[in-house]
Amino acid sequence: MSDLANQFLFLPERASTFAERVDFLHYFVVGTTMVMSAGVGLAALFMFFRYRRREAHQHTEYVVPDLKTEFLFVSVPLVFFLAWFAIGFRDFTWFTTPPKDSMDVYVMGKQWMWKFSYPEGPNGVNVLHVPANRPVRLLITSRDVIHSFFVPSFRIKMDALPGRYTQAWFEATKPGTYQVLCTEYCGLSHSKMLAEVVVLSPEDYESWLKEQQRGRLQDRQDALADTSLVPSVARMAEQGQKLVGTQGCLKCHSVDGSRHIGPTFLGLFEREEKLDDGQTIRVDEAYITQSMMDPGAHIVAGYQNVMPTYQGKLQGPESAAIVEYIKTLRTANVRETASEGPAYDPIQ
Amino acid sequence: MTPSSSIAAPGAVPGHEAHDDHGHHPSYLTDGTTVKSWLLTVDHKRIGIMYMAWILLFFLVGGIFALLIRIELLTPGPTIMDAMTYNRVFTLHGVVMIFLFMIPAIPGIFGNFMLPLMLGAKDVAFPRLNLLSLYVYLAGAAFAIWGMLNGGLDTGWTFYTPYSAHTTTTVAPVLFGAFIIGFSSILTGMNFIVTTHTMRAPGITWFKMPLMVWALYATSCIQVLATPVIGLLLLLVTAENLFSLGMFDVARGGDPVLFQHLFWFYSHPAVYIMVLPAFGVMSEIVSAFSRKNIFGYRAVAYSSVGIAFVGFFAWGHHMFVSGQSTFNAGVFGVLSMLVGVFTAIKVFNWVGTVYKGAVEFTTPFAYFCGFLFFTVFGGMTGIAVATVSLDVPWHDTYFVVAHFHFIMVGATIMAFLAALHYWFPKMFGKMYHEGWGLVSAALIILGFNATFIPQFLLGNAGMPRRYYEYPERFQALNVASTAGASLLAFGFVIIAIYLTYALIYGKRVDNPWNSKGYEWLTMSPPPTHNFIGPQPTYPEEPHFYVDPKKAEGEVSDV
Ligand code: HEM
Ligand SMILES: [Cu+2]
Repeated sequence: MSDLANQFLFLPERASTFAERVDFLHYFVVGTTMVMSAGVGLAALFMFFRYRRREAHQHTEYVVPDLKTEFLFVSVPLVFFLAWFAIGFRDFTWFTTPPKDSMDVYVMGKQWMWKFSYPEGPNGVNVLHVPANRPVRLLITSRDVIHSFFVPSFRIKMDALPGRYTQAWFEATKPGTYQVLCTEYCGLSHSKMLAEVVVLSPEDYESWLKEQQRGRLQDRQDALADTSLVPSVARMAEQGQKLVGTQGCLKCHSVDGSRHIGPTFLGLFEREEKLDDGQTIRVDEAYITQSMMDPGAHIVAGYQNVMPTYQGKLQGPESAAIVEYIKTLRTANVRETASEGPAYDPIQ
Repeated sequence: MTPSSSIAAPGAVPGHEAHDDHGHHPSYLTDGTTVKSWLLTVDHKRIGIMYMAWILLFFLVGGIFALLIRIELLTPGPTIMDAMTYNRVFTLHGVVMIFLFMIPAIPGIFGNFMLPLMLGAKDVAFPRLNLLSLYVYLAGAAFAIWGMLNGGLDTGWTFYTPYSAHTTTTVAPVLFGAFIIGFSSILTGMNFIVTTHTMRAPGITWFKMPLMVWALYATSCIQVLATPVIGLLLLLVTAENLFSLGMFDVARGGDPVLFQHLFWFYSHPAVYIMVLPAFGVMSEIVSAFSRKNIFGYRAVAYSSVGIAFVGFFAWGHHMFVSGQSTFNAGVFGVLSMLVGVFTAIKVFNWVGTVYKGAVEFTTPFAYFCGFLFFTVFGGMTGIAVATVSLDVPWHDTYFVVAHFHFIMVGATIMAFLAALHYWFPKMFGKMYHEGWGLVSAALIILGFNATFIPQFLLGNAGMPRRYYEYPERFQALNVASTAGASLLAFGFVIIAIYLTYALIYGKRVDNPWNSKGYEWLTMSPPPTHNFIGPQPTYPEEPHFYVDPKKAEGEVSDV
């Protein structure tokens, strides 16, 4: 039944849990729209005929609606619109709150390709491998202009902004290959900025990971020397650890909990930071990234606004690596509240 | 002759006597025929006609670009141009259509021409300023077109940063052109507001103003309040582009999304700048051709103001997936629903106007039917995309392209063509061939649907907008859309032919519709100072088609 509806509406295959929710609302909205406009249209047609002009200078009655009619005109559409909104907003909230135990993948848009890196694993260009039936959280950023990550079959989309992380999540329901498109105009080859998500069954995913790991160990030596922008073989956190040294972060930040020119990294992730404007903010990937790219945006209470920006100095995967490194520096009490741990065995 | 008696006797128009007397009372068209008498005129009607000439030219240019886009999209790969050219073409199409056609079209042409007539005024409040706004508009257009010919830009009409600050194409002149055009918009808006406040003839109270005036008034308020924002923004982007200011650059504390907020803070209300005048035109037309007073006059008038007001608070619905907070998305989502309700009120009241009316199915009325369809569907799909979760897959796909073409282009073009046909006799005193009018209306409405309904489906299927190439599976729908576009273009060609013919050989008429709109209280085409002899008085509300013998009691309390 709903497959028929999807064919009729040209909707692509429905391959994520979000798609099911969205499609249900889609039918509801399209259905009521059709019925309501058919009602208005038929009423109009009927009256065009019923009240056609019979003589050139015909007089008409002076008709004004009473309050009840106008009230009906306002309330009927309002009730429908608000109902749609309520369902839509509930689903949207669901879409913007990834489950605690989702597996993370960093996504970077760049004119004109998508790069994917896994905190504990391999990385790739234009092909994203994920297991089915497991929530995957995408941490999305851009190296240049705004892009937008769109998977029609999952019904998900999120903009990729330079210097910021946005997030989106999905849980694929069927193994298969699904197209990724860029939906924010980004220049010459915008329409060629295609990628794909390969959804594997959990077992296939495991063996794919193993495969990757084997290849990886072999060219680990080359990769360490590799200066390319993608953090390749080294695990992201490891690379992050190197980066905080080479980029000079440690001149101001400590990793052992001691106070320095800037706040310590130890236990930083998921900490509630008090800001100098009296607000508090919970440290997450987006906050850490923003602190690197736009340090003045939020100043932690008791510190000076002295940090330089790293926008343009750190590439997307590098800042992702630093975020991953900071995540590993958790204190015991933070770890208690953390998610269920690694989604799969770390490689190596 | 007393004007009020002429209201009671339809068809007899005050000034009619003068009409037979052309030597003494030339129409505005014949009062001075030198080029200078046109170019330096301060007559709102001549200014309206000059706007018309330019705006139609720009519409032609925008239309040619549209056809180029559609031809390019016939096949999945390259068809007639390369990617860079395509990116420029769709940008120019958008810029020309939005800034040079849609925003000024109805206010510039029909607003200028009709507003003083509808208020019983001799002219707008500031006639010289009015002429200035035409030339400011042309100066802006010149800048923009110069920029397009010298390189052209490829940002889309939305000019999103940081792309627009990075692109190597020549963004600055076009942005500057749009900036200048903004001033024209503000000047016209101010002029209309002051005219409406101060120049209403005795007898025309606020609630006896024609609904077209209400719509123009609401539009003008938006123009005056919102346009400065985009002016500022365009300057900032130009500066960023030329001098790398860092406003929108994260590396220097800028915000890449700030642009979008400022842009939509103008452009969301701006879509109502385009469509509110269309609503006004349609209120006039449904009333004239059903010979009925507007059902729920006050509701229609207030909803224009309501849309203008709420229109300022819904801009965030263009940015649901841009990383704004979930809470913001909720707020903008709810507020967008209110815009939908105001539009629904109008639709119901238009349909209600036909109730117990006397419908004559003429060309303008055919456009009214098309308009109803486009407004209902365009509006409802607007609500659909404002339903936060549904916008996630639809955002920036062809669904959105279809939505805004339905409501903005569909409804506005319907109103534009309806106005053109309804007021053609008023403006030129000539009549066109009704049969051809109906044929082209049918072609255009059909062509429009054939062009954009496939685009809704393309959006559902997941085709992003601004795509030069696309995956094979989208081809069938693209071909359908291109076929529709050619039908549409054909309809316009027919109109151009028979209207030009009517302009020269058309039968002389005065008020072929027996309309009781206030603007018909003078001869067609009107004399230079709009009215000959004593100014008409306005004892009744506009569009009062009630039998005067029965009317007594009912009218008094309005
Ligand atoms: C009444 C006349 C309307 C006009 C002229 C209009 C025009 C437009 C235009 C031009 C766009 C596209 C902007 C772009 O280039 O990205 C747009 C998008 C949108 N419109 Fe409308 N619209 C109208 C009514 C509505 C209504 C009633 C709603 C909902 C209450 C609505 C909701 C939206 C939304 C949510 C988007 C953004 C979609 C997206 O990009 O994801 N519109 N509209
Ligand atoms: Cu892109």
